[in-house]
Amino acid sequence: MKKKNNVFLVIAIPAFILFFIFHSYPALQGIFYSFTDWKGYGDWNFVGLKNYLNVFKDGRAGDAYLFTFKFAIVSTILVNIISLAVAIGLNSKIKFHKTLRAIYFLPYILSILIVGFIFNFIFAHVLPRVGEAMGWEFLSRNILGNPDLAWIGIVIVAVWQAVSFNTILYLAGLVTISEDLYEAASIDGAGIWTKFWRITFPLIAPFFTINMVLSLKNFLMVFDQIVALTGGGPGKSTESISLLIYRGGFEGGQFAYQSANAVIYFIVIIIFSVIQLKFLNKREVEN
Amino acid sequence: MNRKKHSWVITTLLILGSLLILFPLYLTVTIAFKTPPEMAGNLLALPKSWSFDNFANAIEMTNFFNAFKNSAFVTVFVVIFTVMTNSLVSYAIARNMHKKFYKFLYFYFLSAMFIPFPIIMLPLVKQTSAWGMDNLVGLIILYIVFNLSFNVFIYIGYIKSIPVELEEAAIMDGASTWGVFWKVIFPLLAPMNATVAIITSLGAWNDFMLPLVLLSDREMATLPLVQYIFQSQFSTDYNLAFASYLMALAPMIIVYIFAQKWIISGVMKGSIK
Repeated sequence: MKKKNNVFLVIAIPAFILFFIFHSYPALQGIFYSFTDWKGYGDWNFVGLKNYLNVFKDGRAGDAYLFTFKFAIVSTILVNIISLAVAIGLNSKIKFHKTLRAIYFLPYILSILIVGFIFNFIFAHVLPRVGEAMGWEFLSRNILGNPDLAWIGIVIVAVWQAVSFNTILYLAGLVTISEDLYEAASIDGAGIWTKFWRITFPLIAPFFTINMVLSLKNFLMVFDQIVALTGGGPGKSTESISLLIYRGGFEGGQFAYQSANAVIYFIVIIIFSVIQLKFLNKREVEN
Repeated sequence: MNRKKHSWVITTLLILGSLLILFPLYLTVTIAFKTPPEMAGNLLALPKSWSFDNFANAIEMTNFFNAFKNSAFVTVFVVIFTVMTNSLVSYAIARNMHKKFYKFLYFYFLSAMFIPFPIIMLPLVKQTSAWGMDNLVGLIILYIVFNLSFNVFIYIGYIKSIPVELEEAAIMDGASTWGVFWKVIFPLLAPMNATVAIITSLGAWNDFMLPLVLLSDREMATLPLVQYIFQSQFSTDYNLAFASYLMALAPMIIVYIFAQKWIISGVMKGSIK
């Protein structure tokens, strides 16, 4: 019995050490440097909470937070509505069932960066031509070049890509619901809406919670889409928090300052996830 | 609603929706085959002649085969070692959950899922380059270690459903813990191994941020990274760019066409746990 324990420790301890070295230790270093004035090279001094105070006073950081939240909240809501609708559609009696399922899951396997490049072209060249041909003023210019509208382009691409994964999750939940429940409800005279709100939605509530939390978390970390679509522009109108940390940290010599920003970012994500989980779990119980 | 019959309304809606997915791909394929003069005409039309010149040029300009080799090298090793090591670690934790250390380890790995990459990004890059890990091998090691967070979660959910009696019987027959894992448990984990392999390969193949911050040598660039470097230099020749995008997307699409049944069910399995 003693020998068995040793084998498990021989497996678990290296995993623990490696994870600590490559994940936790850098995270702790990041927190440490956030209290210094290190540029990423050369000497450094402790500066206390100065970096943190500066992040709060920094207009560029403030704009990045505002943009990221606006983007993440809108995308999360849209992705969940669309993917739930698609999942319900794919789960009902339809023709070409397998082909449609394969098509809807296709974006899941594609690189977000390359998808972003392709959409960049669509926004820049295809849609304006369509707009001109149809005489639609709002489409005739590249929305990615408009500081007020560029974020919508990023939402479209992010949603296009993310719907597939969320649909898989919802479908995984839907196939566990027994057909008998719907038949019984039909006999009682329930309509489609009643069935959705009384049967489908409560039964996939755990999947709804997971999808909402995961999509918000993922969208708050948006990076690839922005690099491919706008590079943070026009101006700084679509600069996300992760892009700001990347740019400031690697290109702007703001290692310590952006470390403080990353710590704040981390705390914000944790707070959002916890609030969401609490709120959604409570709703699950009430149902 | 009669659930015995096919609903044509839903079928039609889904087909219309699927056009939104297929349209960008149609555009990618057709533009990749067009010539620059053809771009002035109808953008949505099929190319007049299907020429492979764009592909030949893109292969040369992006050093495509080198990037493909790098991506394939990283993906293959990450998948093999992730499946082998992460399942083993999960097994060690799952069978010792009653002990404090293993329980701590479980939640320790799990909680890392909520740490955004940018928080470790800056120090990690300093650390890996100081240790000479700013290369493909370093990339592979980091993926395998980072994958623990999610994989421990889904493997343990599955291992719990495997009865301990099976292992006890094997131990009675004289098998070591090591032998029990590889001969009894690992084969039983096959469905989960497939799921982890699929999710891991997609992650490694498509990832952009980690190669971007970690790799400094251009020769080591992976496919997404090559597209990024290429895009910033030759952004005006769309036909060339689209041929390059198509070649970067094609390997995964081809695999998907043949294996979509397993890929979809694999991801669904991973998500139910």
